[in-house]
Amino acid sequence: MSATFELTPENLEAAKKIIAKYPPGRQASAVMPILAIAQRQNDNWLPQAAIEYVAKLLGMAAIRVHEVASFYTMYNLKPAGRTQVQVCTTTPCWLRGSNEVLHACEKALGIKCGEVTKDGAFGLSEVECLGACVNAPMMQIGDDYYEDLDPAGATRIIETLKAGGKPKTGTQIDRRTSEPIGGPTTLTTLSFGKGS
Amino acid sequence: MALQDQDRVFTNLYGFHDFRLAGARARGDWDGTKALIERGRDTIIQQIKDSGLRGRGGAGFSAGLKWSFMPKKPDGRPHYLVVNADEGEPGTCKDRDIMRHDPHKLVEGCLVASYAIGANTCYIYVRGEFAREAENLQVAIDEAYEAGLIGRNACGSGFDFDLYLHRGAGAYICGEETALIESLEGKKGQPRLKPPFPAGAGLYGCPTTVNNVETIAVAPTILRRGSAWFAGIGRPNNTGTKVFCISGHVNKPCNVEDAMGTPLKELIERHAGGVRGGWDNLLAVIPGGSSVPLVPRSICDELLMDFDSCRAAKSGLGTAAVIVMDKSTDIVKAIARLSKFYMHESCGQCTPCREGTGWMWRVMERMVRGDAEPREIDMLLEVSYQVDGHTICALGDAAAWPIQGLIRHFRPELERRIAERHGQRQAAE
Repeated sequence: MSATFELTPENLEAAKKIIAKYPPGRQASAVMPILAIAQRQNDNWLPQAAIEYVAKLLGMAAIRVHEVASFYTMYNLKPAGRTQVQVCTTTPCWLRGSNEVLHACEKALGIKCGEVTKDGAFGLSEVECLGACVNAPMMQIGDDYYEDLDPAGATRIIETLKAGGKPKTGTQIDRRTSEPIGGPTTLTTLSFGKGS
Repeated sequence: MALQDQDRVFTNLYGFHDFRLAGARARGDWDGTKALIERGRDTIIQQIKDSGLRGRGGAGFSAGLKWSFMPKKPDGRPHYLVVNADEGEPGTCKDRDIMRHDPHKLVEGCLVASYAIGANTCYIYVRGEFAREAENLQVAIDEAYEAGLIGRNACGSGFDFDLYLHRGAGAYICGEETALIESLEGKKGQPRLKPPFPAGAGLYGCPTTVNNVETIAVAPTILRRGSAWFAGIGRPNNTGTKVFCISGHVNKPCNVEDAMGTPLKELIERHAGGVRGGWDNLLAVIPGGSSVPLVPRSICDELLMDFDSCRAAKSGLGTAAVIVMDKSTDIVKAIARLSKFYMHESCGQCTPCREGTGWMWRVMERMVRGDAEPREIDMLLEVSYQVDGHTICALGDAAAWPIQGLIRHFRPELERRIAERHGQRQAAE
């Protein structure tokens, strides 16, 4: 448990820039982005000391900051793994096999959903719709989405990460983004000039 | 006649081209924006009204009318535009493509919409998980500032305009406009009672308009090409183009922009490669994101994809997120999973929703196994009506409707499971 917490000078600078986005006296608006910075700095979780630090920085009561930190799912109030593997299992992903993807991740990480690996490197969880439904099933790891998964693909991504590599992000099959597989049915007759 | 490419708004929907300013300009964005602004507030609002543009976030309220609710005469309080980019309705992933592939359409839209409602400041609230999308959008915002398109004297119009990106942190409820405002103020995202409506007292108690990404991003193109052009696409009261998200049991899941009122069958067969196993293998479709009731195959044959047609079919266009389920689907489980979603996302403020979503999920899980009494089907329906319409925001309704749709169209399947389970129990005894 970290007993003390303060933002690094660089992060404090970033926090001040965020505060400046909001009108004077409305600095509480910056609480969510600053909690995100604090969490990133602290191995992906927020100890009580970080909550109190952010409260002081923004002139808020600590309980108000705690309310925010406990309300939103992206804040971790206990260690959740330095890298979080989050598999979407809401209906559009479930229809296309997200349960099998989740099981493949459990096997590859050697932990159950909701657990953290012994070395604290990876956490695995099931999450609600991540908004990439036409590329289902999918998972988020850190800031990146991995889409159009199958169990073998999910396993490969995790093995690559465990080995310190960088797996290809986005879709894992032969398409570019959200267009139909095999090529788009629209936007095929337009050409744009210079710069596009 | 099918929609032609030259009538599509999001010409970089798939990100095959440069999303940055140079690419956006080549596609016609930021062309004569100053002249659009010089038309004046009233003209812009009238033109958006005349185009028939209805909000693309799900409710389908007239965008021009919403803008017209903002006070005409300043009373000293600043006005705000807040763009709802907290996309999270299961099945929906259209705003994601707009932000990562066509962000300048959104930035330009923020400028003209803010001008029209007298707002010098706009916040775009992007769902926290969209990290890469937020990066691209921030690039577009920075480019627009750098080029003098926004900021002081935006586009040389004399109008000062600041645009900020704000990131959420994972809460579906923040897609509700007053919860989003609470969140933007640095609080838990719990919806506010209305009235007062945001146009009277929204962000920081000031007049505020909240619009969906797609609604704002189509506005400059409407103004440029004219209300009549947009109103000429689709059907009366359901005009224009729409980005559809087609997911689930189709051969080629995709996002695609097509005309409002396109038949569901055509949408699925033309763009999404058809239902897995063919149209006859279709069981049901959720036409507008998880919050709207499903429609069975018999209705899908003739359904037109627009607000009024979906409503007439006792469902809704919602966000136009089409979730397709073929005959291999455990339809009860599919809906039970949505019940779990709503239980997870209930903000906990109103008792019917906080308690009701959990109760409904637990009963739905028993229905999946048939581990229930036949009379509990009606009890579930009754409880769903006690949640529906009895909460501050529409999340309660959204939790109830999928269950109501299931019982309306698949009651025999629920009864079959219960009978089967009873048979198993008796055999065991």
